[in-house]
Amino acid sequence: MLLGPALFVSAALFTLGVFGVLLRRNAIVIFMCVELMLNAVNLTFVALAQRLGVAGQLFVFFVMAVAAAEAAVGLAIVLAIYRHKGTVNLQNIDLLKG
Amino acid sequence: MNVDLSALDLSRSGDLLVALAPELLLTLAALVVLLVVAWRHRTPQDLRRAGWVTLAGLGVAALATWFLWWNVARASGIAAMIAVDDFRFVADWLFLGTAALTVLVSFRYLEREELWAPEYYVLLLFATLGMTLMAGAEDLMVLFLGLELMSVSVYVLAGINRRSAPAAEAALKYFLLGAFASGFLLYGIALVYGATATTNFTLIGVQVATLGLQHDTMLLLGLGLLLVGFGFKVAAVPFHMWAPDVYDGSPTPVTGYMATAVKAAAFAALFRLLGEAFGAVPAWREIVWWLAVATMVVGNLIALAQRSFKRMLAYSSIAHAGYLLVAVAAGTAAGSAAFVFYLVAYTLMTVAAFALLAAKGTGGERDVAIDDLAGLAQRRPWLAFALAVCMLSLLGFPGTAGFIGKWYILVAAVAAGQGLLAAILVLASVISAGYYLPVIMAMYMKPEPGEQAHAGMQLGPLGNAVVAVSVAGLLFFGVRPNRLLEIARTSGASVRVAPAVSSSAPPAARDASGR
Repeated sequence: MLLGPALFVSAALFTLGVFGVLLRRNAIVIFMCVELMLNAVNLTFVALAQRLGVAGQLFVFFVMAVAAAEAAVGLAIVLAIYRHKGTVNLQNIDLLKG
Repeated sequence: MNVDLSALDLSRSGDLLVALAPELLLTLAALVVLLVVAWRHRTPQDLRRAGWVTLAGLGVAALATWFLWWNVARASGIAAMIAVDDFRFVADWLFLGTAALTVLVSFRYLEREELWAPEYYVLLLFATLGMTLMAGAEDLMVLFLGLELMSVSVYVLAGINRRSAPAAEAALKYFLLGAFASGFLLYGIALVYGATATTNFTLIGVQVATLGLQHDTMLLLGLGLLLVGFGFKVAAVPFHMWAPDVYDGSPTPVTGYMATAVKAAAFAALFRLLGEAFGAVPAWREIVWWLAVATMVVGNLIALAQRSFKRMLAYSSIAHAGYLLVAVAAGTAAGSAAFVFYLVAYTLMTVAAFALLAAKGTGGERDVAIDDLAGLAQRRPWLAFALAVCMLSLLGFPGTAGFIGKWYILVAAVAAGQGLLAAILVLASVISAGYYLPVIMAMYMKPEPGEQAHAGMQLGPLGNAVVAVSVAGLLFFGVRPNRLLEIARTSGASVRVAPAVSSSAPPAARDASGR
């Protein structure tokens, strides 16, 4: 079984996602990095489920559904901000500060 | 159908239906409101109708919760997905009550801001449903789904005012950081599942005890990631940077809802999770200790520097998350009663304060500075009095519910051997006087800047009722806290405590966990 390598790859993907969120400034790219994090977790669940039973695979379905709902809401919010500011770059989105 | 309420067997569908009655009725109410607003959503009349239907739905769910509570409903098995205990019932009441107060404040607010969006109420109901699931979650799966249902609804609520650029920005920030936090939470869940082979809180506790997992690397990593996720959700320092901006930009009733119910739900879930699943793992106490200290100190210090009333309240709510973390750090036995009591008191004072801010801020409550409240006491003595009571209660002044709550947190912290934490809490409260008292001084001691300075400050009858109920509650529980304290104590005690780790657990058994 490839449990060790699978966990390693998913940890690497997750870290990649975290750094992407922290370092990139484009809202869409940040959102893609969040999706990368969620899918890294999915990989972990699937890998673990091989040994620990079906609950992990069940979880993956819920995560996918939730991620889809989040994407629908998130992209609508990104559209809303684009209508106001004409950009989705977080550096130019700075009305709220203090 | 023969249902024994004192021993519900959750594997039977009839018993499960009864145990889930509040949540199911809330779902039904949300769907009914959705249908109502699908057909009628054009006039102010329709908006008000949607609001009343929402209130009715919340009332029915509260009645169902009361029915379960009154008949002392309990589950008989051990490994269920949902808890049936007093903690869930009391938390449900808190969420339903907060949602009802928010709806009452929203009637006038939505009309004033010309937000003809009745789906506002639908989202509010779905968010409340998510919260009740979080407080009742006995399984990481239910916890995650409840959390996401709540979060996704509140992302939309934050940006419900599509004409406002700050609201869109608040929604974007809340969404990005909320999704980021969900990622951490989920990875934590995955690792805990990997370490214990289960997602059920009680079974995790059993696994930790029997396999002696309290120093297991995978479990501790998972626990740490869970705490990071929850840290974001309750806006604990250093995961708080989204909170002031989001609270600032969102419509004020939504801000009040986020600062109270959303935070309370995350805290309730965190409390149950740490008590039931990780009670035997000592590592989280230290982490929560540091989170509490950082949150209290940083929240209060930054609040001192705020001139805007709304941002000041936002930082104040961060500081209060720190006080609640002290109760969590004190542990299940000592802190639970104080925790529930403080949640109720905090909710009342914060909802009332945000309702008053919404009334003051005609034409942009983001611009209300603390100095703008000058002379309010001469022009609107009752509103000034209500705001003064809220500020004193937030400060923890004797005679208000905020004081009693803080007092019990202090007692619990000292009893749990956290004397230093209690001392820091007192010091932080002293600092907080530096920003709560200027509000009262401005209202009572400074002259009114202009003749018509407070002319637009209108709450309307429903808003007045909300503020009156909250203030009366604060004063009543400040003088006679016994009944509420009793409920808080029984509900806090109903959270199952994880079994202690037996020292004789064979180390070889860890390999048998299948990793």
